[in-house]
This record gives sequence, structure tokens and C-alpha cells, in this order.
Amino acid sequence: MPSHDVLIIGAGLAGQRAALAAAECGATVAIISKVHPVRSHSVAAAGGINAALNPEDTWESHAFDTVKGSDYLGDQDAIEIMCREAPGEILWLEHAGVTFHRNESGHLGTRAFGGASAARTYYVADITGHAILHVLYEQLMKQGQLVDRYEEWFTTDLLQDDHGRCIGAICRNLRDGQLEVFNAKTVILASGGAGQVYKPTTNGLIVTGDGIAQAFRIGARLMDMEMVQYHPTTLAGNGLLITEGARGEGAWLLNAEGDRFMEQYAPNKLELASRDVVSRAEQTEINEGRGFEDGTVALDITKVPRRRTLEALREIVNIGRDFAGVDITREPIHIRPGQHYIMGGVKTDTNGLTTIPGLYAAGEVACVSVHGGNRLGANSLLDTLIFGRRSGEHAAKQAAQIPMPTTPSSRVDETQANIDAIVGREPGGRRIAAIKDELGEAMNEYCAVFRDADGLAKAHEIVRRLKEEAPKAAIDDRGSVFNQDVIGAIELGYMLDVAEAIVVASLERKESRGAQFRTDFPERNDDEWLKHVDISANGADVPKVSYSPVTITRWEPEERTY
Amino acid sequence: MPEYTLRIRRYDPQAGEAAYWDEHQVELGERSSVLDAILKVRDERDGSLGIRCSCQQAICGSCGVRMNGKPGLACNTHLEEAARRGHGTGWNPPEEGQRNTLITVEPMGNMPVIRDLIVDMDAVHWTKIRRVTPWLINKEPVPEREYVVPHDNMVDVTQTMACIQCGACVSDCLSMEIDPLFVGPAALAKAYRFVGDPRDAEQFERLKDLSEDEHGIYDCTHCFNCIDACPKGVDPMSQIMRLRRIAGSDHEIKDRNNGYRHEHAFVKNIRRNGLLHEADLLPDSYGGKLHPNAVPELVSSLPTVLTALARRKVTPAKALLHQHKAPKEVKRIFDEIEGREERVELNLYVTGYEDAPEHAEGEHGAGEREPPEESSQPEPSVPSGEPEAPTGPPDKSPTYPGPGEEGSERDERSERDESGDSPSESEDA
Ligand SMILES: Cc1cc2nc3c(=O)[nH]c(=O)nc-3n(C[C@H](O)[C@H](O)[C@H](O)COP(=O)(O)OP(=O)(O)OC[C@H]3O[C@@H](n4cnc5c(N)ncnc54)[C@H](O)[C@@H]3O)c2cc1C
Ligand code: SF4
Ligand code: SF4
Ligand code: FES
Repeated sequence: MPSHDVLIIGAGLAGQRAALAAAECGATVAIISKVHPVRSHSVAAAGGINAALNPEDTWESHAFDTVKGSDYLGDQDAIEIMCREAPGEILWLEHAGVTFHRNESGHLGTRAFGGASAARTYYVADITGHAILHVLYEQLMKQGQLVDRYEEWFTTDLLQDDHGRCIGAICRNLRDGQLEVFNAKTVILASGGAGQVYKPTTNGLIVTGDGIAQAFRIGARLMDMEMVQYHPTTLAGNGLLITEGARGEGAWLLNAEGDRFMEQYAPNKLELASRDVVSRAEQTEINEGRGFEDGTVALDITKVPRRRTLEALREIVNIGRDFAGVDITREPIHIRPGQHYIMGGVKTDTNGLTTIPGLYAAGEVACVSVHGGNRLGANSLLDTLIFGRRSGEHAAKQAAQIPMPTTPSSRVDETQANIDAIVGREPGGRRIAAIKDELGEAMNEYCAVFRDADGLAKAHEIVRRLKEEAPKAAIDDRGSVFNQDVIGAIELGYMLDVAEAIVVASLERKESRGAQFRTDFPERNDDEWLKHVDISANGADVPKVSYSPVTITRWEPEERTY
Repeated sequence: MPEYTLRIRRYDPQAGEAAYWDEHQVELGERSSVLDAILKVRDERDGSLGIRCSCQQAICGSCGVRMNGKPGLACNTHLEEAARRGHGTGWNPPEEGQRNTLITVEPMGNMPVIRDLIVDMDAVHWTKIRRVTPWLINKEPVPEREYVVPHDNMVDVTQTMACIQCGACVSDCLSMEIDPLFVGPAALAKAYRFVGDPRDAEQFERLKDLSEDEHGIYDCTHCFNCIDACPKGVDPMSQIMRLRRIAGSDHEIKDRNNGYRHEHAFVKNIRRNGLLHEADLLPDSYGGKLHPNAVPELVSSLPTVLTALARRKVTPAKALLHQHKAPKEVKRIFDEIEGREERVELNLYVTGYEDAPEHAEGEHGAGEREPPEESSQPEPSVPSGEPEAPTGPPDKSPTYPGPGEEGSERDERSERDESGDSPSESEDA
């Protein structure tokens, strides 16, 4: 039975950063990922990472932009920490080998991003997440003696002792189907977001909310689950992302009549207003008949000099060509708002500790909450790294003070029985993909940019029904070597739990703030709703709702215009 | 919507049976990808079909497979494009004038199959990556802030940084098929990522290591398969050639495979003859016909020579005498290139696009070439001087210049400046 001081579940940016930090503190570390670490969805992050590193810039300015972007729902203590520590993190990455863009003088150069009052986004062409993820993995290979990597292992359950402390996890080796108990003094969840709950989404097929559901199931609180980010520029057909970097470089948004409509909605920041603002503007144009027939508006990247596009936005040139048949350097491309990011997640403090002792969470799976009602572009990579590192350090220090738990290996029996039941299912159920598609389409219809009580109630009804159908869904694969069918069935269960949490929280918040726009409560209401909505498990019943206060340090809520 | 036939290679290690072909008809739009089709089969008909995939946008590197005989990513290969490959690849080519609708999908080559389309990347690909010390070895002292390095150097190593570790190049590497120990295209491209990084302290050690390893940089046979296969424009073979040039010309590293001498003998041979005179090439590569190292090599290649003679591939006269003399034009090219102070290292990553037609006037005259064509051109091998005359590595100024390519790239940079683009540059620190 593998035993480690710190067990990290997930090897995206948050997980790998946590692993390196914990190892540096002297802990024994294991990192587990259901795909090879460099396949983690952090690899898709394109635009960049924010930090107030220029001498003219200040962390306070970065923090204020973040607070305002969050529509004052972000916890300001956490935001202060993130923005203060950002410059050091960028330099750490640079020294580790990230090939950040340089300006004329050979120093780090920046690009502009939405919702920011200065150009403070550091980047590597439009493969920033990819570059950072691969460099972190280089460092993990370098630390191969200190960090045990379990690549292509799937975590199914978190383990607790009799006092409720998290003491490890049960994982399945995808190569042979064997289950193993991973014993650990502390566990860090870094298993990413839940974009696949929606269809379409910019997130990869592996982003299925596993960690959010696993923590929820053992009693951890979730927070801000109603805050689901729709990114303003996703491709009509398949939901692929066109990075905000495009607008940062100077691209325009145009409706079908050729108007630069952001002039009406955000006269100062135009295309570079906060994402929630731009997405709502686009959706309004589309709903009011000023969009194209395919339910889109246009992003005009020809405004950016072609050479600059080819050097700095190369990836989206390829995406335009391969996935939409459009040469973005020569013609506008049709886009619309699409699900992109989930601000909510497992509630943590600023060291990443969740409401379950011994269990930490960092990255998109977590909610600290630095993003509140709306995440600024290029703040998520930062969030994963800062809080990944802090969790790793804190968990390692905690682990140094406590003995290794002893977990009987019989703890796998229950999980084994669950998996055997899946493999042994009677034929005849619905297909997993059909259930998943119905879920994604319902969420995208009723729990998207604009919401109301009726729609949300409908969504909830659908989720409840799918929860009954899912355990009977058809299974074709009875083997144990790379049985992706069984994994798909388990992930579907996670997605349905996450979906219900999102819907319940959205119904609960009876106001409009950040990404949550309720057409039946169109105003922000600080008197009643300047607070977080928390969600926790309630057996088989609808999850419980509670509240927690928003931490305000120095920025009192104001009206939010761009 | 057009209909396609997917013919998928299946293998279940637990079934105790050999691999087999599984056929499915799928109806999907032409712009749909091969992965869309595979997932349609998996979602609607057979959940046991194994393939790794996630991003569906050619960035996570999971979905490398062979489609109608050619390796690549299933998610960025259009069905129609894959089907068209039926022509000329020897893979069930369609009748003249017929549209091919058959798409054969197999796991990648050069790596053991675990199940269906899933191969053991760790056993081959990642093991080779780990072979090249795949992390930055920081130049000391590590600055308090960032390393100050030229813009173009970062753009340059970003080309190899853009590798998504999909393994498509490894799949069809000819050298690796013959020599499974060959470090291989992806790992050597990764090596360039550090060799070309001005922040790395061990350029020489890395190159010496990879030159002296008989499975290292001189083990590549220039077959271009990796360049063809790579979905991200990494151009592994070009990176290998750059490693050789930096190792040979900048550091004078003599390798055990004799690759360094061979390259120089080759260049000399062409300079002298205009056309390759093979009979001279081999002895010259070993220091001349009478050099002690050359004798055993010559003896060991005798059977090949005799077979060639017997099959009339060569005649005795041709083998021994070479009448051809290099025309003036060849000499002029040599003189011009060797007369340059700095080696011209094209940065294919950006230059290919920079020379797009509308900006082409007055630039390097690359004219209409679009990047894919550009990248399939072999880079000319241009040693910066006679091998005997040590030129020494380029001077290392405090701004950590790249491997001898500053001069030429500065020019391109200033051209870029004139265009006054990049709205955000002005906000740079
Ligand atoms: C297309 C796109 C572009 C983006 N661009 C930007 C940007 O420019 N700037 C920015 O700041 N943010 C951006 N984001 C957001 C940002 O990329 C993500 O929020 C962030 O990378 C999440 O990192 P993570 O480490 O939390 O999770 P991930 O990178 O998603 O990693 C999750 C890890 O958990 C593992 N895992 C999950 N479930 C299990 C399980 N059951 N068992 C074992 N392992 C498991 C996975 O294998 C993976 O290793 C973008 C997001 C997308 C989708
Ligand atoms: S060019 Fe060299 S490295 Fe590339 S596939 Fe051919 S032999 Fe392999
Ligand atoms: S070099 Fe290209 S083909 Fe090879 S692994 Fe990297 S991205 Fe894939
Ligand atoms: S699915 Fe990610 S590269 Fe194809």
C-alpha cells in the first residue's frame, strides 16, 4: 500500500505546483492523474497569466480589478494574497524555464486582458498554459526521486478515518484495473473543473468535476457553485475557445449589422470589459435579432496586424483553419458565449484547507474564493499556481507533525463492489453518452448566461431524472485494461452531483451578480445577497444550502461599470 | 452528410486473441474529425473502443493514431482529408475517379499496443524524453528578476516548446524502426528546446552527450517522416539538424558515429565535384583513404560495393573515377555562404509566416511559401567555416545570446519593428 505524507490528486497546474512545493518542504509526495500529466486540461489555457510585476503596476491595482471583476463576491483576503504573491510566482516560473514572451529590451513583455486596468498578462504566444504545464512536468521529472508519479490512475473515492479526517484515497490503475488504497497524512485535491456538465464547453472530455463531487460526497462544503463562466468567444459548432488574448491584441466584436456593439454596453473598456459583461452583451444582441443566423456574432481579428497574429495568436489561427475553415487573419469568425470555467468549487481557506480536516483543494476544483461572481481572464492560471503552492507547503508542514494513518486494505472492497456492479449491469439501459448529452444541453439551456426560476426548476427536474437513469446506463466493456466505459459511468455520477449543486445554488441566489443573471431578479442586491451560497450533501436528497460571509478588507462594494 | 467507413484496428489483451479489424459506417460532415467519428462509434454503438482523447483541439496530445497509413492527431484530421489519403499511400487506394470513403485507423507505430488505439507511450516516448535531461539547467548566477534574453530566442525555442508530446513523429520514425534505441525526433526536439535556450548552462555538455551517443543526433536518416507527421510545426528533423550544426560548427564536437566528419566530407565532396561522388565520401568521412580508421570501414563496406557492382548499380569506372567537376555556380554558392560572418539559422516557426505574400516585397524572397511547405524544405546545412579552423563558440555577452543566430534574427526583428504592430508592446516594461 503506497503511503505518503502528501497525496495529490490531479496533475494539472495546481497539482504539479503543489507537488513541487510539498517536496521542497521535505515531504514524501505522490501525485495521481487519470491522464498523463501533460494531457491535463491546463494545457489548453492560451492567453496568459496575470501579475503586477512591472514597476509601474501595483498589486493593489491588480487586486482591485479582481474584486471588481468578481462583482464584490470575491474574498478580499484571498485576493490580496494572490495578487501580492503573483510577481514572485512569475519569476519562479521564468527561472524554471517557461519561455515567456520578451519585449524589445529582452525583459518580460505583457499583453492586455479583459477587466484589467493595466497590461499585466504574461504569456507564451497563445500556448501559455501548455508552456507552463510542460515546464512544471520537466521539474517533476527532475524531482523524480522526491515525487512518485502515478500516471493514468483514476481516483474513485476519498477515505476518512472515524473522526472524519481525510486519510487517503482509493485509486484504480487504468492499465490493469487494479484498485489500490493510497494512504496519506494529508490529501490535496487538484482535479480541475467540471465543464463537461455543459454542452458545448471549452473544456476537454476529462473535465468532469470528479474532485468536486468526491469532496461533496464525504461532506465537504461547496461554495459559489451558481457562478459558471460563459466565455464571450467560443466557436459556434464545437465550443472551442478563441482566447481573450485576441481581444487583448485589439480584435473587435461586431454584430450582423456590422456595429461594434460593445460601445453601447461598456463604452470605456469595450471588448475588454469583464467576461460576464461581454457575454451578456453578445447574448442580448443575439436574442434581439442582431446576430447571425447561426446564433452568433463576429470576432474581427483582422484588426490585429497579420504578423502579430501569426506570432502571438498562432494557435487560434490553426483552430480557425482546422475547426471552422476560417482564416482569422483575413476574415471575421463567428463566435458566441460558451461555458468555460466554474468559479465555484470546494470551499477552502487561504491555505487551501477545506472543511474536512486533512483535505486540501486547489485550482479550479477549489473555491477560495478569488473569483467570486466572475473570474478575470488570466487569473485562473495564477490561482492554480499560488494556491497550489500554498496548499502543498501547508499540507507538508501539517504532515510533518502527525503520524501515518493506518488504513486497512479492505477499504477497497466497497469500491470494488461498486465497480463490479457497473461491469455486471444488465443490458438495456440508456447510453452513457445520451444521458451526458441531455444533461449538458439542459444546463446550457436553463443554467447559462440568462436564468430564471422556471428554467432552473426544469433543469433540476431533468437532473433528478438523469440521476435515476444513470445507475442503469448501458456498459459494453467488461474488461479491466483501459476500461474507459466504466470510468465514463463513474464520471457521469460525478457530473450529475455537480450539476445539481449548480442548479440548487442558482435557484437559491435571487439576485443578479457576476455570471449569475436572473431575469426574474435583474438587480444586484447587496443588502440580502452579499454572501456566499454554500452547498453540502444531504444523503440522497436535494443538497443542503447554507451561507457564509464575504471577506471585505478594503474595497467596499460599488456600482460596477466598464 | 457523407458516409464514411471506419476500419479500426482492435486489440483486447484479455481476450487471448490476435488484433482484428472492426468496421463501422458513420455519417458525419466533411469538417468533422476522425476523432468525432470514433467517438460517435464509441458513444452510440461500442463503449469498449479504446482511444485516449480529451481536448479535441490538438493541444493535449492524447489522440495520436495512424489514419490511412499516416500518423497524426485524430482530432484535427478531417474525415475527408484522411479519406483522400487513400490515394498514393498504398492504403486501399480508391478506383480512378472514385471518392474514397474508407478510413483505416490504427494505433501508432514504434510503440507497443496496450489496447485498441492506446499505445504504451511511457515505455518508448517518455523514456526517450527522460534520456535528454529534459529540464533547464540554470545559468548562474540566477538573476533576481527574469533572465534578460533576446525576444527572438524565446520565439525560437517556443517552436520546440510547442511540442504536445503526442508521439506522432515517433510512430513513423524510420531510424527508430531500425534502431529502437535511437533517441528519436520528439526527444531531440526537446533537447533543442534547452540547447537553444540562452538561459541553459550546459549547451556544450548536452551536445557532447547527444553527439557521442551512437543513438543520438547522428542516428537520424533525414527521412522527413517526423516533419510530415508533426501536427504542431515542431519540425523535429530541422531541430536535429540545428543540434548538429551547433555541435559541429560551434563546438567542434567529434562524435563516435563519425557523423561530424561525414557531414564535412559531404560538403567538401560537393564543393569539389558538384555532384556526390560516393566512392570518395566514405573514405573522406574517415579521414582519407589511407587513414587507419578508414581501412576497416572500407573493408566492411566491400560486400555492399560488390553487390552494387553485380547489380550494375555502379560501374567500376564510375566508382573509381568521377569526371564531374563542380560548375561555377556551385562554387559561388559555397563562397557566398562560407563568406558570411554568422550562420544563417532561419527561425522557421515565425519566418514562414512573416514572408507571407502581402509582406513579401523586399524581404527574403521566400515569396508565396506557406508554412507547411516551408517547413518541409530541408534547411541547408551551412557550416560557418572550414572544420580545421576553429572559430570558437559565439561570444557570450551578458544578455545570454542564443546559439550563434543573433545576427540574422535581429534583422528580421527590425523589419517587424518597422511595421509598428503589436498594440500591447508599447505597454511593456
Ligand atoms: C480553453 C481554455 C483556455 C483557458 N485559458 C486560460 C488563460 O489564458 N488564463 C487563465 O488564467 N486561465 C485559463 N483557463 C482556465 C485554466 O486553464 C484552468 O482553470 C486551470 O488550468 C485549471 O487547472 P487545474 O490544475 O485546477 O486543473 P486541470 O488542469 O484541469 O487538471 C486536473 C487534473 O486532475 C486530474 N484528475 C481529474 N479527475 C481525476 C480523478 N478522478 N482521478 C485522478 N485524477 C483526476 C486530471 O487528470 C488532471 O491532471 C482556460 C481554460 C480553458 C478550458
Ligand atoms: S527525419 Fe530522422 S528523426 Fe525524423 S523520422 Fe526520419 S529518421 Fe526519424
Ligand atoms: S514533435 Fe510534433 S509529432 Fe513529435 S511529439 Fe511533438 S508535437 Fe507530436
Ligand atoms: S484530443 Fe487532445 S490532441 Fe486530440
